[in-house]
Amino acid sequence: MSDTATPPPVVSFDASPDSYRHLALKFDGPIATIELRTAEDGGLVPGYELKLNSYDLGVDIELHDAIQRLRFEHPEVRTVVVTGGLDKVFCAGANIRMLAQSGHPWKVNFCKFTNETRNGIEDATENSGQTYIAAVNGTAAGGGYELALACEEILLIDDGSSAVSLPEVPLLAVLPGTGGLTRVVDKRKVRKDRADVFATKSEGFRGQTAVDWKLVDASIPRSRFAEAVHERALELAERSHRPADARGIALTPLHREVTADGLEYQHVSVKIDRDAGQVDITVRGPVDAPPADVAAIHAQGADFYPMAVSRELDDAILRLRTNELEAGTWVIRAGGDAAKVLAYSDLVRANGDDWYVNEIGQFYKRVLKRLDVTSRSLIALVEPGSCFAGPLLELLLACDRQYMLDGTFTDAEDADSQTAPTLIVTEVNFGAFPMSNGLTRLQSRFYGDDEALAAVGAEKGNLIDASAAEELGLITYALDDIDWEDDVRIALEERASMSPDALTGMEANHRFVGPETMESKIFARLTAWQNWIFIRPNAVGPEGALRKYGTGQKAVFDRKRV
Amino acid sequence: MTTIDYCERIPNNVDLASDRKLQRALESWQPKFLEWWQEMGPALPTQDVYLRTAVDVGREGWAHFGHVALPEYRWGIFLSERDPNRKIAFGDHKGEDAWQQVPGEHRADLQRLIVIQGDTEPASVEQQRRLGMTAPSLYDLRNLFQVNVEEGRHLWAMVYLLHAYFGRNGREEAEQLLLRNSGSEDAPRILGAFNEETPDWLSFFMFTYFTDRDGKYQLGTLKESAFDPLSRTCEFMLKEEAHHMMVGTTGVDRVVTRTVELMKEHDTEDIASRGGVPLDVLQKYMNFHYSVSLDLFGGDASTNVANYYTAGLKGRWLEERRTDDHRLRDAFSTIPFIEADGTLIEKELPALTALNVDLRNEYIGDCSNGVKRWNAILADAGIDTTFSLPHVGFNRAVGTFSGHRITPDGKVVDQATWDAQVTDYLPTADDKKHVESLMQPVYEPGKIASWVAPPKTGINGQPFNYEYVHLA
Ligand SMILES: [Fe+2]
Ligand SMILES: [Fe+2]
Repeated sequence: MSDTATPPPVVSFDASPDSYRHLALKFDGPIATIELRTAEDGGLVPGYELKLNSYDLGVDIELHDAIQRLRFEHPEVRTVVVTGGLDKVFCAGANIRMLAQSGHPWKVNFCKFTNETRNGIEDATENSGQTYIAAVNGTAAGGGYELALACEEILLIDDGSSAVSLPEVPLLAVLPGTGGLTRVVDKRKVRKDRADVFATKSEGFRGQTAVDWKLVDASIPRSRFAEAVHERALELAERSHRPADARGIALTPLHREVTADGLEYQHVSVKIDRDAGQVDITVRGPVDAPPADVAAIHAQGADFYPMAVSRELDDAILRLRTNELEAGTWVIRAGGDAAKVLAYSDLVRANGDDWYVNEIGQFYKRVLKRLDVTSRSLIALVEPGSCFAGPLLELLLACDRQYMLDGTFTDAEDADSQTAPTLIVTEVNFGAFPMSNGLTRLQSRFYGDDEALAAVGAEKGNLIDASAAEELGLITYALDDIDWEDDVRIALEERASMSPDALTGMEANHRFVGPETMESKIFARLTAWQNWIFIRPNAVGPEGALRKYGTGQKAVFDRKRV
Repeated sequence: MTTIDYCERIPNNVDLASDRKLQRALESWQPKFLEWWQEMGPALPTQDVYLRTAVDVGREGWAHFGHVALPEYRWGIFLSERDPNRKIAFGDHKGEDAWQQVPGEHRADLQRLIVIQGDTEPASVEQQRRLGMTAPSLYDLRNLFQVNVEEGRHLWAMVYLLHAYFGRNGREEAEQLLLRNSGSEDAPRILGAFNEETPDWLSFFMFTYFTDRDGKYQLGTLKESAFDPLSRTCEFMLKEEAHHMMVGTTGVDRVVTRTVELMKEHDTEDIASRGGVPLDVLQKYMNFHYSVSLDLFGGDASTNVANYYTAGLKGRWLEERRTDDHRLRDAFSTIPFIEADGTLIEKELPALTALNVDLRNEYIGDCSNGVKRWNAILADAGIDTTFSLPHVGFNRAVGTFSGHRITPDGKVVDQATWDAQVTDYLPTADDKKHVESLMQPVYEPGKIASWVAPPKTGINGQPFNYEYVHLA
């Protein structure tokens, strides 16, 4: 629990199948299998062994990579089977010693990423025609069962011993925080009293009881297990619309230059000012005109602008979130030619039924969702030469505040900065990239004010200048060049002076208005409770359960209910 | 943007001519200020007034005299010269360079301090707006207007800071300074004491002596601020404030002098019927104005002021002459305090939270100089009565003493005792009525009302009978 112990390593989210240490990816026609067999000595950080298929962030980075590649590189794959590669073990969940030795920020970041990855599994099932099934061929405990819960179906081996369980509460004094509590009741519709029994019964359930209680979909004898999984996988593959004859898009390595105080990609620049606690992220619009047709999009592969910029932004968000904890304010700009941004967007929209084009849209949606749940103050600055239009406008809408220059800077020299910035709203802002609460960012922004939303809708395709944007409510403040520098500086400095915890809590509350979905509940309710428990002595104190786990000593609880 | 000759209309040393930000802000603010002045400024119609106008900060520039029509007074923006090497003298940032910009971290607090200070400046103009109708002489009338235009300029000074350093938000606050009005039901001035009308000239002299002096001490703490533009602004304002205090000091001098004259002339203390203010009524006026001014120093123990100090926003009076560590993290102070049961004690507090009392003590010391001065007038006349400042807990509505009844000589009494004796402590309705009856305007050059002696010298070397004001 010592945040002061060895500093966490700089984490890279790069992975590739030929260097996986913890997974094997196997292909059999329309069926792919992700086989988990974590290398015990393969922990990302020294100090623990990844026994019994327990995982840490390093394992999850590979899992995330595998899921992405299955979607993009393998159009032929229609069913993904997730299974254990060790004898009698499916997955034992997050490594306890890793949790016990990690500081609070590390635990929180780790859980956030694993949650996003599991949501990605559900997203693939729902939106990519790639259905995930869990072939639970051994014990699935805690995060192991939660991984299975993210799959569309759970097939449990009936070998007289393998069980599914959520032992976090009784054994570790924490929650099954990777969606477990939520998915048991919300997704699998387990009755709440049974869920209560299940989540407090450390050994879990197996066999027919697990089926009867809806914890799994089937319990299958050991002798027929492999065959049954295969059959079911083939059945599910039948339902998919993924093309049989398409060629995958290779996820080539990202071009990324890491400097002492920044990240430089082709379309994204990141500058880190650690003294000010600020990161400046600039997303650049496309330089070239869009390719002519869908064939040309495929030919460009992962270099196709919408794909490339999504990958770069995703990588930047992940790296900053994990590696730059003290840069609490992200200032987001979009620079470039809005007309080209829209030309690409139109091309994508016109070819939405192409599997790859669809995948790109789904991916960008997930990147934006990552931004939504990022515990940093997000401030959009709209300056001359900016291109917050259509898909890129979503970045602005994801921010906590928006400042827009009204007019130009008087000392502007180049032609770009002599044009007052404008925003462009398009059809994509009305449904293509929903947030985890199921609403668009515009719906969230104008929650309960349909008139305001309609007024924005009436401006589709128009150039919206600062005063119009302020009037419409698309920005927080339109500032002229006289006010710009001071007002923006003071706002950023003022922000940086406030409590990071209070800001995180406040921002998370403001960002997700309106209805809840399973996904939003996982990030809000479940995660918030988990993060609270993660700092409570009953879990992490010297006498707490995480600390005492595996020592043979019993945790001592402070009995007060809070 | 219109091309006003800013430097001509608004004398300044902030390079207004080339500062678009200020020009833009003032362009909308200035007409509103003039509107406010017409509506809430001096009610007595005049053609012109012999006024001092600051046209520069140097010795030469800051006191230009001439007859000016009031609405055409050139309210200027002046900061003391900048010391490029100025360091922060106290708090956590001690020794660092003074701030030339508002640090975002302290925006809210600095803005609040400036707004509160700025709110008092026009408030006093509003409180005094009808006094011109009863001026005891043209000389006094002119002094009133001088104080009024300078309080108006102090408002400008605070508005300048809001405009120049606080962006859009600052402009909105600057506008609010004109929308709140003294005594207004809906939008009163921020501090209670500034919502009472100044009813008569004796109160005016007392106000400029006691209440303006609070302003002087508040400005003194802001002059120490790490935010250099605020510091320099306040330093310049203090020069003008010293003159306001002279109006108060010499004003009370002259009332005492006249009272003594009348007492000798008629060989009686009861000079009310002889057109003067009796000594005991003067003491009651002092008691009142002193005690309500003490309330302006705020709570006896204040974490706000401790935070301001630590952050470097607001220092102590003459901070740099103090010989301690200027951080006060481990220091303690003793303050007068009253227990719930009414026992007066000395209480030890962390020095940081006792800074309001520290400032109040400086103020009390300063106030007692005036009392000595007035007692000297009495002594010279062979009168053995003396004036004195009441106990710090007397008639207080803010802080530890509020809710207790403490006599001027420091005895804690119950409400019944207080009620029985309060007519000896504070001006009664009859006292006020008498003072009011004395307030007959005298607008003839060289003439003066019955209750006050003429000044020893005029303004800027002019004689007392100079035509300081041309009435309309
Ligand atoms: Fe003043
Ligand atoms: Fe004053």
